[in-house]
Amino acid sequence: MIFTSLSLLQQLVLMLAALVLFTSFALLAQARLVSAIHVFAWQGALVAAVTFVVAMTSHSHHLYFSGALTLLLKALLIPWMLHRLTRRLELDRHVQSLDRPALIMMAAVAMVVFSYWLVLPMIQQEQIFTRNIVAISLSVLLIGLLTMVFRQQAVVQVLGFMSMENGLFLAAVSATSGMPMVVELGVAFDVLVAMVLFGVFFFQIRESIDSLDVDRLNRLTETVEDGN
Amino acid sequence: MNALLIVLLAPLAGAVILALFRPLRWAGWLNVGVSAVSFAAAMMLAWTVATVGEVAGFTFRIDAFNVYLVALNTFVGLTTSIFSRPYMRHVCETGKIGNRGMRIYHSMYQTFMFTMLLSLTTDNLGVLWVAVEGATLATVLLVSLYRTPEAVEAAWKYFILCGVGIALALFGTVLTYFAAQQVISDPETGLLWSALYQRSGELDAVVMRLAFVFLLVGYGTKVGLVPMHQWLPDAHSEGPTPMSAVLSGLLLNVALYALIRLKMLVDGSLAGTATPHLAGQLMMGFGLVTFMTASLFLHRQRDIKRMFSYSSIEHMGLMTFGFGLGGPLATFGALLHMLVHSFTKSAIFVTVGHAAHIAGTQSIDHIRGLIRTQPAVGWSLLIGVVAIAGFPPFGVFTSEFLLLTATMQAQPWFTLPLVTGLVIAFAGLFRHLQPMVYGAAPPGQRPVAANMLPVLTHLGLVLWLGLSIPPFLTSWLDRATELITGTHLL
Repeated sequence: MIFTSLSLLQQLVLMLAALVLFTSFALLAQARLVSAIHVFAWQGALVAAVTFVVAMTSHSHHLYFSGALTLLLKALLIPWMLHRLTRRLELDRHVQSLDRPALIMMAAVAMVVFSYWLVLPMIQQEQIFTRNIVAISLSVLLIGLLTMVFRQQAVVQVLGFMSMENGLFLAAVSATSGMPMVVELGVAFDVLVAMVLFGVFFFQIRESIDSLDVDRLNRLTETVEDGN
Repeated sequence: MNALLIVLLAPLAGAVILALFRPLRWAGWLNVGVSAVSFAAAMMLAWTVATVGEVAGFTFRIDAFNVYLVALNTFVGLTTSIFSRPYMRHVCETGKIGNRGMRIYHSMYQTFMFTMLLSLTTDNLGVLWVAVEGATLATVLLVSLYRTPEAVEAAWKYFILCGVGIALALFGTVLTYFAAQQVISDPETGLLWSALYQRSGELDAVVMRLAFVFLLVGYGTKVGLVPMHQWLPDAHSEGPTPMSAVLSGLLLNVALYALIRLKMLVDGSLAGTATPHLAGQLMMGFGLVTFMTASLFLHRQRDIKRMFSYSSIEHMGLMTFGFGLGGPLATFGALLHMLVHSFTKSAIFVTVGHAAHIAGTQSIDHIRGLIRTQPAVGWSLLIGVVAIAGFPPFGVFTSEFLLLTATMQAQPWFTLPLVTGLVIAFAGLFRHLQPMVYGAAPPGQRPVAANMLPVLTHLGLVLWLGLSIPPFLTSWLDRATELITGTHLL
């Protein structure tokens, strides 16, 4: 792979995408809840930046719009909503680190390798740009998944969920210069509704188990109940 | 086209009105009314499709395959709304939910219907995704409606698992769009299924193969394929019963519908490669594992709604296997199975709702002597289970027989696990059913006010389909089969 053969703007996109990947590692390991929300906001801002740069290179005007939408939604609105929720739930000093940080970080690295391996045969053409960007998006998606699996705190799980969405958006923007407008609006609407519902659920979960540690949601199991 | 607009707009308007509508007495009736309007419009739509052929425009596209599911959805939506009116009033009177809960219930019921109808009628794969995700969002509040710790847990699990699953499906959709862009230059038509299907042979096989794996895992989560099925028994057992009926009877079908449409694209794209049937083989594998696992899990259930949700997983596995097998006979059988399973399973869930009200619990160990207490409920449950277990003369027998015959023709060795699974599932259902319907009723157990009309209609239809399938339905299903496989059965 010779990166210097790419145009300067493409190199910029790749660098920004790499930073997005870095933020998803940070999100996975960040122990302080408020900092994790900030990391997520940065990730949203970086994805929006990628969108703007791609819009400039491909001269597609609707991408400016979706970039602005992402900036508004992922970098400002959702982090602000989460901030407010954590304050109202009195979680703003919440700290919870990973159980086995080294192992889980290695798993995240393995996800990145796996993504590259998966994407490698996909594009044999000269498009090293597309290949890299799809692999990075897939890594962001899978690391978001890891965050949801390994972090027990409901708010952090939501951050993982939203960062999966970021990975998807990155893939859509950079590999296909954005989905059709109606789809993009639909997805943004779904994300927003999901965020509102997550907020409702934080309160419902806390009401029922007096904490947001979802590991303690363990009443429904397949095992035979007491007495028998 | 007008009929299509009514089909879509009626539930959407209903959702908005019911969210604001205060008098509870009439809200249930209004819900029935809205469902009836959209059912009538769906029938008109079906008539148009039967006479004219396809209806297309505004990025919507109705053909023989999806109009059949639209009709099924609106019909089950109507009968379930008829059942849910007195049922939810009973729930409200027992104090499980308040007025606000009732408004959420009615509004979300119609939102759910809208999202499902949208995902069936749209031609755009992206909109399909948005609508399926919307269906998750609409039902997640319904699952946690009772606000018990179990219900909240079930809803969270449902939200997270389906959210992750559906995110993977969106990645698959992005990859499909990526493959499409190299063939179709116009970005607006690049995600239209019909445009892609026409040129599916040109889509990059490697990209489509990877895309299908993501799509299968993603939409497969919603179908309830093992091992992504974990949300399904929880959501079914903790949510209100009418919702279990529509989840099992309709939502799972819609997710499977999405998979079949995408399989058609992938089959076209892989036709010239070394593995032309990869998509079908993957579906067969997942379907068979799902089918076997669910029929074994049926034996260990303690909760009546959980048990029947495992039965739904089992049947979805069988259908996925059938569609994966391909060929006109298997596809026809799977389409018929979709229909009869929806009818039977929603009838069973309605009956189970009444049974749980009679016994005051969902625990199988404490539901006893239903026939003694209320013969209508007891017999309906018995007949429903006989039907779902695949006994003649019910329609499920016909479709399972067709599927087995198709398997014997194409892949004889797979008949063995299929028959074994059917027997295991049958044993699992009946060992729990026997003491529930027969046996002595606990002292003080009283009948409840029950509207058995939906149950009788559904079971009557299933019986009819088992005895003789009317010619218009066979030709209808045959046209859908032709659409999916390219060949007639009849």
